[in-house]
Amino acid sequence: MLELFSRLGRRRTSKDVAKERLKLVLIHDRANVSPQFLEMVKGEIIKVIQNYMEIDEESLDIQLTKTVSEEGEGVVPALIANIPIKNVKSVGK
Amino acid sequence: MGEVIVITSGKGGVGKTTTTANLGTGLALLDKKVVLIDADIGLRNLDLVMGLENRIVYDLVNVVEGACRIKQALIKDKRFEGLYLLPAAQTRDKNAVSPEQMVKLCDDLKDEFDYIIVDCPAGIEQGFKNAIAGADRAIVITTPEVSAVRDADRVIGILEANEIKKPMLLINRVRPDMVKKGDMMSIEDIIDILAIDLIGVVPDDENIIISTNRGEPAVAEGKSLAGQAYQNITKRLMGEEVPLIDLAGNDGFLSKMKKLFGFKSA
Ligand SMILES: Nc1ncnc2c1ncn2[C@@H]1O[C@H](COP(=O)(O)OP(=O)(O)OP(=O)(O)O)[C@@H](O)[C@H]1O
Ligand SMILES: [Mg+2]
Repeated sequence: MLELFSRLGRRRTSKDVAKERLKLVLIHDRANVSPQFLEMVKGEIIKVIQNYMEIDEESLDIQLTKTVSEEGEGVVPALIANIPIKNVKSVGK
Repeated sequence: MGEVIVITSGKGGVGKTTTTANLGTGLALLDKKVVLIDADIGLRNLDLVMGLENRIVYDLVNVVEGACRIKQALIKDKRFEGLYLLPAAQTRDKNAVSPEQMVKLCDDLKDEFDYIIVDCPAGIEQGFKNAIAGADRAIVITTPEVSAVRDADRVIGILEANEIKKPMLLINRVRPDMVKKGDMMSIEDIIDILAIDLIGVVPDDENIIISTNRGEPAVAEGKSLAGQAYQNITKRLMGEEVPLIDLAGNDGFLSKMKKLFGFKSA
């Protein structure tokens, strides 16, 4: 709570905004987040998850976006995946 | 055996040509033998910033095409012992020099000169790739603005992919008053983002425009803040450790007193 107050108390200057925006855009630039790159990540994720459950490969969605950090570092990049499950295999039991 | 240093940026107009002129002159003032190559073919400018525009006979393209010898094309700067300029061609395009030709030219010049400084064109296209082909080291220029920093990051990536390891960062046109108010990214902010070594910081200084008007690099008079900054960067380029000058950003009582009594803070 105290931390929240101190963060609110500090005026967010234009350079803070600049820095935050830059950091995010550079993550995309550097990762060269091309469709191919995300396809590669997607392929690997599917492989691993398929060992445990049956998923809907067609509607699997994965994106590089941003989210608010819980450690209070402001906005941080996040890899968000939406993976619809058709059936859980019994190997896990 | 000389060293080839390219001055690059990605974004245009952030101070590559100004920096090339000042570092070249600074090195010559420290008794080094220096040649400046204007690799911005079609947008020749380094000659003008250096005040040597009336002395051009041959240019870079003439040299690589074998139309003249290197010696014939080099303009000797009579004001600064050991300083030479190889001007760009003005009526040709960026593809008039190939990467192989650039490597050969740089290798030939290394026998004669301590430093070969290459002023790159803006952008990351072929003209830029040709310009960096012969480089041993690189200085990446940025200003404290989002677009310039972003482009610098791209260039750093390309330089590293081209085996030009550990490029150095020069932050130009810093305005301490704005940094203080939180309306301009600070040196620390930019280093934090780009994560490369800093070679120096140059303030936004009207003396740069005045000295460019006259065709006399600011580093030579050495009185202006920008001129002093370039003197320090020159020394760092030669391996000397020089602390950053106080750009009047952190105007503590002490630094005010120092200024009052004419001490340079570092
Ligand atoms: N520290 C400074 N303070 C004030 N003005 C500056 C400073 N550095 C550069 N300038 C001015 O900014 C303009 C662009 O500088 P310069 O020509 O060196 O940039 P450049 O990166 O070579 O541009 P280009 O990409 O077109 O080749 C010039 O008018 C120059 O005088
Ligand atoms: Mg230029």
